[in-house]
Amino acid sequence: MFVNVKNVTKKFLGVNVLDDVSFDINLGGRIAMMGPNGAGKTTLIRAILGFYHIDEGKIEVNGFDPIKDRVKVLPNISFIPQLPPPIKISLEEMISFITKSANISREMIFEESNKMDLNLKKNLHKQFFKLSGGMKQKLLIAIALSKKSSLLVFDEPTANLDPKAREHFYKLLEKLDEDCSTLFITHRLDEIKGLVNRQIYMDLGKVIEDEKI
Amino acid sequence: MKNLLLVAYLDIKESLRSKWFYVYAIVFGGLMALFFVTGVSDSVVMGFTGLSRLLLVFIQVTIIILPIFILITTVKSISGDRESNVLEYMLSFPISLTHYYWGKMLGRFLTVFLPVIFALILGVAFGIAKGGNLPWAMISLYSALLFAMCFVFLGIAFFVSTLVKSSDIAVGSSFMIWIILLAFIDIALIGLMLQGRVSDGLIISIALTNPIEVFRIGAISLFDPELTVIGPVAYYLLDTLGAKLLMFYSIFYPIILGIFFSFMGYIAFKKKDLL
Repeated sequence: MFVNVKNVTKKFLGVNVLDDVSFDINLGGRIAMMGPNGAGKTTLIRAILGFYHIDEGKIEVNGFDPIKDRVKVLPNISFIPQLPPPIKISLEEMISFITKSANISREMIFEESNKMDLNLKKNLHKQFFKLSGGMKQKLLIAIALSKKSSLLVFDEPTANLDPKAREHFYKLLEKLDEDCSTLFITHRLDEIKGLVNRQIYMDLGKVIEDEKI
Repeated sequence: MKNLLLVAYLDIKESLRSKWFYVYAIVFGGLMALFFVTGVSDSVVMGFTGLSRLLLVFIQVTIIILPIFILITTVKSISGDRESNVLEYMLSFPISLTHYYWGKMLGRFLTVFLPVIFALILGVAFGIAKGGNLPWAMISLYSALLFAMCFVFLGIAFFVSTLVKSSDIAVGSSFMIWIILLAFIDIALIGLMLQGRVSDGLIISIALTNPIEVFRIGAISLFDPELTVIGPVAYYLLDTLGAKLLMFYSIFYPIILGIFFSFMGYIAFKKKDLL
C-alpha cells in the first residue's frame, strides 16, 4: 500500500479532531472523501502531508514518516488546496522554486498549463496573487499534474473554475497513469463519480463509511 | 543548501516588492545616511565630542525605529504565511524545514540590513568626498553594533513568528516586546533604584540584559568614551568592565541572544504543528 493511516488520533485543545482513524490508499486507488464541515477531512490530509504531529497512531507514505522524512515523502504527493493562497512572488519565481525544490521540469509545467488553457508565458512576470481565481487554480492544477506524483490530493479543486475549465481538468484526470492514486475532498460526488472507485465518508473525526463504488 | 538559498532569494524578492521595505529603507536608511554624512564627515574637522548631542538624537531614533521595524515586518514572516495558507502550499513541496526556516531568516536579515549597508556606504563616500581621514574604527564598530541589534530582533521576531498562529497576535506581541524593552524595563529599574532596596550593581546588571540598552551604551561610547551623557552609571560600567570589554559585550551579547532565539524558533518550527 502507498499510504497507511493506522489508528490516528489528533487533538486540538483537548478535542479529538481525528479519532482513531484508519485507512489505506493503494497505488491506483481513486478516492472521494466526503463529510460535513469539521469532519476532519482537511486535518487528515494535512497529517498525511506532514503538517500536523499526530497524538496517537501511525502514518506512513511509501514506507516513510511524513514528519521525519518529509523530503522523501513529498516528491510523491501533489497537493492542490481549496483556495489558492495569496503567494506574493511572481509566476517566474514560483516556477523556479517548484522546479528546483521538487525536480519538476519547467517545460512540463508549461505543457500542462497549455492543456488547462492557461497562457503561462504571458503572465510570467505577474505576481501569483494578482491572477484571477480561475487562473490561479489552473496553475496549481498544472503544477500538480506536471509533478507526476504517485498520489494527487485535491481539496475541492474545481471551486474556482468555470464549467469549461472543469471539463478540461476532469479530462486530464482521465489520462492519469493507472498507478497514480487520487484523493478528492469534495462535497459533490456526482461531478467526480466517473473518476473515483471508492468513497470514504467522515464525521466527527471518524471514518463512518469506506466502500467501493 | 541550494534550497536554503532559494528560499532566501524568494523572501528577498518578496520583501523588495513590499511597501514596508521602502518605508523602512527611506526612514531608517535616510537617518543612517544622515548620521554618517554629518557625524562621520564632520568628525574629520570638528571631532566627535562637538557633535555628541546630535549623534545622541540619531542613536535614540535608531533605537526606537530599528527594533519595531524589524519586529513588525519579520514577525509576520512565518505566522502570516501560516494564516494565509501560503505555508501550507509552499511546504507541500519536498523542502526541508531546516532549509525553509533558515532560508527565510537569511533572506529577512539581508533585507533588513541592506539599507543599513547602503547608508553606511553613502556616508563613507560623502566623508571621502569631503576629504580628510575617516574614523574607520568607529564606522566598523557602529556597523557591528547595528548588525548585532538587527540580529537580536530578527531572532526574537522569528521566535515569536513560529510560536503564534495568528499574525494579529504576532504583531501585538512584537509591539509589547518593543515597548517593554524600550521603556518599561527602564522605568521599573529606576523605580527600584529610587526605593534603594536592591543593590545598584544588580539593577545595572539587569539593565544590561536588555539589548536596546546595550546598543545605546555601546553606540554612545563610540563618540563619548567617558559615557558622560548617561550619568553616574558610566563610572560603575567603566570601572567594572572597562571600555574594551564593554564594547565587546555590546557587540557579542546581542548576537548570542539572537542566535539563542533563532534556535528556539527553529526548534518550535520543527516540533510544533506547522499549520
